This record gives sequence, C-alpha cells and structure tokens, in this order.
Amino acid sequence: MSAIIEVSHVSKSFGGVHANTDISLSVEKGGITGLIGPNGSGKTTLFNSIVGYHPIDSGSIRFEGREISRMLVPEIARLGLLRTFQQTRIYGAMNCMQNMLISIPHRKMTLWEAFRRNSPEEKERAEHLLEFVGLYEKRLLQAGSLSFGQQKLLEFAMAMMNEPTVLLLDEPTAGINPTLINGLIDRLKRANSEYGITLFIIEHNMRVIMNMAERIYCLAYGKLLASGTPAEIQDDQRVIDAYLGAH
Amino acid sequence: MSRNAILHIVLLAATIAAPLLFPAYNAFLATLWLFIIVALTWDMTGGQMGYNSLGNIFFYGTGMYVGAVIAIGMYFPVGEWTDAARSELFLMSPGQYYTGLAVGSLGAGIFCALAALIIGALTFGLRGPYFAIGTLGVAIAGGEIVSNIEWLGGGQGISMPNPPGDFDSFKVLIYYLFAGLGVVLFIFLRWFYQTRFAAAINAIRDDEEKAEAMGIHTLRYKLVTWAIAAFFVGIAGSISAFQLIHFEPLETAYQTINLGIFMVVCVLLGGKGTLWGPVIGAVIFHVFKEVTWNYFLGGQWIALGALIVVIVVFFQGGLMGFFRRRFPEWFGVRVETKGATETAS
Repeated sequence: MSAIIEVSHVSKSFGGVHANTDISLSVEKGGITGLIGPNGSGKTTLFNSIVGYHPIDSGSIRFEGREISRMLVPEIARLGLLRTFQQTRIYGAMNCMQNMLISIPHRKMTLWEAFRRNSPEEKERAEHLLEFVGLYEKRLLQAGSLSFGQQKLLEFAMAMMNEPTVLLLDEPTAGINPTLINGLIDRLKRANSEYGITLFIIEHNMRVIMNMAERIYCLAYGKLLASGTPAEIQDDQRVIDAYLGAH
Repeated sequence: MSRNAILHIVLLAATIAAPLLFPAYNAFLATLWLFIIVALTWDMTGGQMGYNSLGNIFFYGTGMYVGAVIAIGMYFPVGEWTDAARSELFLMSPGQYYTGLAVGSLGAGIFCALAALIIGALTFGLRGPYFAIGTLGVAIAGGEIVSNIEWLGGGQGISMPNPPGDFDSFKVLIYYLFAGLGVVLFIFLRWFYQTRFAAAINAIRDDEEKAEAMGIHTLRYKLVTWAIAAFFVGIAGSISAFQLIHFEPLETAYQTINLGIFMVVCVLLGGKGTLWGPVIGAVIFHVFKEVTWNYFLGGQWIALGALIVVIVVFFQGGLMGFFRRRFPEWFGVRVETKGATETAS
C-alpha cells in the first residue's frame, strides 16, 4: 500500500502558540488511520492545515502526490479530500434530502449543469445513503430539527454522497450515545471496506479508535509523540504519560 | 387540472385584465409590480442565499441612468440633452422612443448584471451585517457620484423624452412592461428554485463554511445569483425612468431610504426564502403604504415604523414563516416510512 496523504515537517503557530511543530506522518491509501492526543495537542489544527483552512508556516502536504498546502478549501474538497466537523455542520433550514442532494461531487459540476435538477439516480443514491445511516424516515424533516447524534449521522452520509477518496473525520463519535456508537463504527468500517474510502480519524474514544485503526499517530503539545499499531500505542509509556500527565 | 394551475391562470388573467378593469388604478398597479420585482430579486440574495443586501437600490438607480443614457444617446449627444433640458427642445419620433425604451432597458439590465459581478467580487468577502452596510455604502456612493457628473445632469437629474401618444395609453403600456417583467421573473424563479443552483445558494445561507468544505463553488454561485437579481432590477429601473419622465439622483434613482428599505420590508412581511412570500409581502405593504399615505398623511411614517416593529417582533419568519411553523405539513415536512411512500404513490 502507498501513502495517499503525506505530511512532512509541517509547522503552524498562532501568535506565540506552536500548535503544530515539525509534524510528519502519512495516511495509507485504502486504510483507516487514527490521530489521537490530549485536548489542545494540535489534532484539529493539523486537520485544518491539511484541508486548507489556513496556510501552514513551513513544511509540505501532499495528496495523491500533489502539493496541496497552498490550495483553498473548496479546491481541496473537489480533489476528493473531504472533512467533517467536530461541531457538526449541516444545512439546518433544508431537509435531509436537500442536504444530501447538494452534497454531490462538485468537481464534475459546471455552472451550466447547476441549472439542472437532480437526476433520479442522484435521488436514489441519496435515499440509499440515508437508509445506510438510518435516517430514511426523517428525510423530509428539517435537518436543523434533528438531534445532535442524528445530525452527525447526516453529516457522515453527506460526506459519503460526495464520493471522497479520503475522509477526515473529526471526532465522529463525540456526543453520540453508546448504543449508536457501535452502529456508527460498523458504518465507518463499511464505508472503508465497501466503498473503498480511506479514513483518517481524530478520536478521543480509545475503544473506538483501537478497534478501527490500522495505524495510529499520537500528538502531544503540538509534536508527534508516537506512532504505530494500536497494540504498540497502547503499550507506549509516553502516550500513557501524555494522557495522564506524568511528572 | 389541479387547483394550483387554476389559481395561477386566474392570477395571470387578473394581471392582464387589471388595467382595463380599473383604469384609475393604473399607476398604483404599475408600482405594485415594481415592488414585487424588487422584493423577489432582493429575496434571491437576502432570503435564499443569506446575504442581506441594502444596496440593491444601486441597480435600480443605475438602471434608470443607463436606460436613459442609451435611449437618448442613440439619437442625440447626451451632454447637450441634459444641458439643454429646460431651454431647448429635442424631439424624438415614436419609433426612436420605443426603440430607445427597448434597447435602453435591456442595456440597463446587462450593465447592472455586470456591475453586480464587479461589486460582488469586492463585497462578497463581507459577511452578515458587514455585507449589508458595505452594499448600503455602494448605493449611497452611487447616488453621490452620479449627482456630481454634469454629463448626467448632475443633481438636476435627467428629463426623459415625452412619451408619444396620449398619456392614458402610455400608463397602460408602463403597467404591462412592469407586469410582464414581474411575470417573467416569477416564472424564472419558480423554475430556478428547483435547480441544483438554488440548493447551492440555500447551502451557502445555512452554513457557508460547510458549503466550502463540501467543495461548492461558493463565490461563483453568489456572483451569478446577484447578477441575475441586478439584471431584473436594472430593467425595472430603466422602465421607471421612462415612466417618471423626469428623475433626479438622490430622491428618485438611488432612493436608499425609500424603495431601498421598502423592498426589504416587503420580503420580511411576506417571508424570507420563499417564492410567494415576497409577492404577498409586496401586495400587503403597498396597499398599507398607499392607504396610510392617502388617509393618514402626516402619520404615515409612524404607521410604517409600527408595521416594521410588529413584523420584527411577532412575525419573524413573515407570513409564510408563520404558516410554515403552524402547518409544516403544507410545506412537505413529514416523517415518511418506506411502506407509506409505496402505498401513497
């Protein structure tokens, strides 16, 4: 397997805060990679750097061999590198179907094609994906009226609708009740195995990430602390110290 | 035939028959259509896209001037025309007049659409109240700049050629121009709001950062939407120029505190982000305005202010929003299981 995202020597600081310092990591194509670390260790900053929310201070980020560190958010999204948000974001005043239908891949859609209606195939796919996350019955309800957990599922379905190559998930299970988490893990795994989507996941729930990821990176104080298989990470004393605060 | 289709046909027939049935109300009805046009176009960005522009009146004023300059400039030197407004009489043949009206209005629409692309490229970086104030600045600046250009008549404005034929049939013509433009706009929007384009601007309204993260070409959709709105407002402005015969920059063309605010009030009254809301709002507002202006003169601004307060406090979603909250199923909001759809269809 080859690396689909290559982050090399990336640094980013906000004023005096060094959010990321000289971070290098790679995400394997077709796999599930995890990113963990205590609060404030720079995980979301790294995600934001990868998807183009802010320019990085130094280093390079490559996606499928192409340098993307100077590209804008929508351009990177159209390449097939998509992210979901930690504070779930959906289009609240639109219903679930409309949320799904506007999430079709925009890399192919020209201005003229935008003046058409959605094709029956797109509607079918949207309904199928809503069924996949268990929201089919609520598809005509306003997305803003759904519960937080349901909005998270909707956001995930929208990301699937976009046919990404890589999906960056920022805490996909945060705020979801424990019974639903199992269903979500199952769906994430199926997105990876059935739809071939490479996943790169930030997660605080150790049970979830150890269960899913093939390789895990751990950040602390903006630096890469450790990397390895879930078993290696679990046994790494530095990781335990970072989480529990060693002195 | 569905009830909906019958309703549309009845409304269209009423639109066509109105000036013949109520000739005394021609000017009132023409202005009503102008209100519907500016309300519908304001809602394209304000309601559907979440960009509350206070500068759409810029396109109305610019449409007036561009329409006038084209119509006059096709046959006479514009500078001499505006200079000689009072002293010398230029005469236009009916053929020249109607050609000028048609070409001028179309030209005004195209010019305003291009202007919207340029102004939009500069102002769409602003969000929320900053966009509203930024565009208001554009409209105020527009009026001030134009009133300082002597070639355009300066603060005096421009006197348009006198309409050929008798005045009553001219008023009917103006009514049909506004009504025709309004009907075309309504039919266009009815179709437009079904497209993926409209879904994209709705997404921008609900969460622009999310829309960007999903790869939507946000700036492109914002610019084109505003340009379409400006196109229709520009044409309406040009028709107004011919209707008024004389107009000046600050009170008539770039009338930020009158029509510029009225269009927003119409939409708020009827309901933002809906197709019918701006139409209903424009009708109610215009009737309210005419009644208070005629029977409550002196207190009309107080009545108008009270109306705005009532809308903002009690009907935040406008009339359509009120109905939507009370009867969501009218708007297709419902829980639907798979079995239920199959039996229903």
